[in-house]
Amino acid sequence: MRLKGLELYTEHPEAEFAVSGHRACQGCAEILGLRMALKVFGKDTIMAMATGCMEIISTPLPTTTWTIPWIHIAFENAAAVASGIESAIRILQEKKKIERKDIHVIAVAGDGGTSDIGLQALSGALERGHKFTYICLDNEAYMNTGIQRSSSTPYGAMTTTSPPGKKSIGQSTWKKNMPKIAAAHNIPYVATACPSYPFDLFAKIKKARTVNDPSYIHMLSVCPTGWRIPPDLAIEYGKLAVRTGVFPLYEVEDGRYRITYSPEPLRPVADYIKGQGRFRHLKEEDIALIQNRTTAEWEELKYLCGLR
Amino acid sequence: MKREKKKNFRELLLQGNEAIVEGALRAGCRFFAGYPITPATEISEQLSTRLPKIGGTFIQMEDEIGSIAAVIGASLAGAKSMTATSGPGFSLMQENLGFAIMAEVPCVIVNAMRGGPSTGLPTSPSQSDVMQARWGTHGDHPIIALCPSTVRECYDITIKAFNLSEKFRNPVIILVDEVVAHMREKITFYDDEEIDIFNRVKPSMPPEWYIPYEDTPSGIPPMANFGEGYRYHVTGLTHDIRGFPTSRPDEIDPFIRRLFRKISQHFSEIQFGEFFETDDADISIIAYGCVARSAKRAAIDARARGVKVGVLKLNTLWPFMRTAVEKVLNTSKIVIVPEMNMGQISREVKRVNKGPTKIFTINKVDGTIITPEEILARIKEVG
Repeated sequence: MRLKGLELYTEHPEAEFAVSGHRACQGCAEILGLRMALKVFGKDTIMAMATGCMEIISTPLPTTTWTIPWIHIAFENAAAVASGIESAIRILQEKKKIERKDIHVIAVAGDGGTSDIGLQALSGALERGHKFTYICLDNEAYMNTGIQRSSSTPYGAMTTTSPPGKKSIGQSTWKKNMPKIAAAHNIPYVATACPSYPFDLFAKIKKARTVNDPSYIHMLSVCPTGWRIPPDLAIEYGKLAVRTGVFPLYEVEDGRYRITYSPEPLRPVADYIKGQGRFRHLKEEDIALIQNRTTAEWEELKYLCGLR
Repeated sequence: MKREKKKNFRELLLQGNEAIVEGALRAGCRFFAGYPITPATEISEQLSTRLPKIGGTFIQMEDEIGSIAAVIGASLAGAKSMTATSGPGFSLMQENLGFAIMAEVPCVIVNAMRGGPSTGLPTSPSQSDVMQARWGTHGDHPIIALCPSTVRECYDITIKAFNLSEKFRNPVIILVDEVVAHMREKITFYDDEEIDIFNRVKPSMPPEWYIPYEDTPSGIPPMANFGEGYRYHVTGLTHDIRGFPTSRPDEIDPFIRRLFRKISQHFSEIQFGEFFETDDADISIIAYGCVARSAKRAAIDARARGVKVGVLKLNTLWPFMRTAVEKVLNTSKIVIVPEMNMGQISREVKRVNKGPTKIFTINKVDGTIITPEEILARIKEVG
């Protein structure tokens, strides 16, 4: 498994499509993950990006981080615009108006732009079956506007619109399972990824690039600013999220679930939670609740993968 | 005031957005649904901690469409409800804004105006949503839009907005620009301050006699909350007096006319502003929002130099304050309308102007505030 990843690493182009000069926060794992993904997507890629951190930090006047065609559109319709681009290119190629080559369209949005406001556009695009890849960069809140909760924020997390206190534990609902929602559209490829595991990420992007229908990548993007952790620990927290089972790495290929990196035996979720400022107010019983839920979800995933 | 005496006032340093929160809570707002957007996010953030403490409800919705829809639902259930957003979110709200007007559901919508169109200038001020507030949603409709220019006004206007929405069963839009929304000023709350709070008029007849959209002399039918025993039909379709969809011309016409009449009959209650030394002014400035502050400064400076300048500050943008503007047009030779857009209120002023008064504009659309110097320069140029 590891070796396979290494081969891939040596194969991937050295070219960069997310270049330096952006204004991401110190320790931002989101731009890191996107940069890795773009390496594999290659130069024949068109990116449609929703409003969000990546859009704001990558385009300070008069520079741009992107060396590929890039469009920023409103918050809710990254997938819809990608649908339009993909359809137009396909038709123009069919009519021989433009050169026939393998152009890939990707839509990129944050967790809010995916699981909240952009869900309708995403569902529509997946259902219509456009050949594109949707990447959700999940940093678990609206970080761009100053850390507000999204439906992807984990249970118990403190954000500015889910403040903990006497009447509230912080975020009071469980994280929305976006990969499962994407998989429910019966698209050929759905995967979770984390830049803390680059080889795994490369392999998954490569698969997403080659399928002929929609593909969906859910990328955990550790956000030191919003999670209240030291910036130098961003990679470490990505690893902890995977090793505690909070964010399992798996893929769904033609409906078949497969865990791509097994962290068993799982580390206790307390290892992941205790260092983060956003979970600082949680009591032992709250952490126990999260542990139960995490274990149950891990077991369910194993069941889906036929490992139980 | 002597020091030993117990203070009967509170002094706070508040942001415009925070003053809106204070005003909303004072007015009895107990429900807020919103979605993060700069520069209105502070309202959500504050209410997310304040509302649960007093038994209210804060919900962060999945988008602005959901936000205003939840607000409409909460209002029908009986809670005074509000949402806050900025340009892009306000665009998404337009459909349900029309619904609230059609179904006559009271609610308050704060639009902290930023540069546009589209994503525009998220952190820069603008006044370019004035016409959107008036005509953003489709169909002929009445609307109330208020515009504060100080932090204190943010507080007062928010209370007024709730009162007007409850009274007229119509959505009320607060158009605050980014400068006023983010600016911090001292604001004093007196304990013995008398603040009028208006609660919606409920039906006094037994449920079986209740006709939900019946015409009254004021044009405003009493409103029954869901769950109080009064069953009635709420729809976005054009409806008859019982609330059921109709396509009969003799029912449609009086209904649409009543919607307009309930606002037009009560202009004096809705419209308010401030005349600042306009009585003897040769040149008058008509301004609103943060620009009104610059205009006042410019007027003071101009008077120091011997030019008689006055200011009409508009706090009500819609319905347009025709009477007040006409008064200024009658007394001044020149009227200047500075705005941070390409001329949305100046167009209205020109429409109202029937006399020989010359109207000049200052249009600034670069995402910065119009300064007193710029207004002074314009006064020199045209005066």
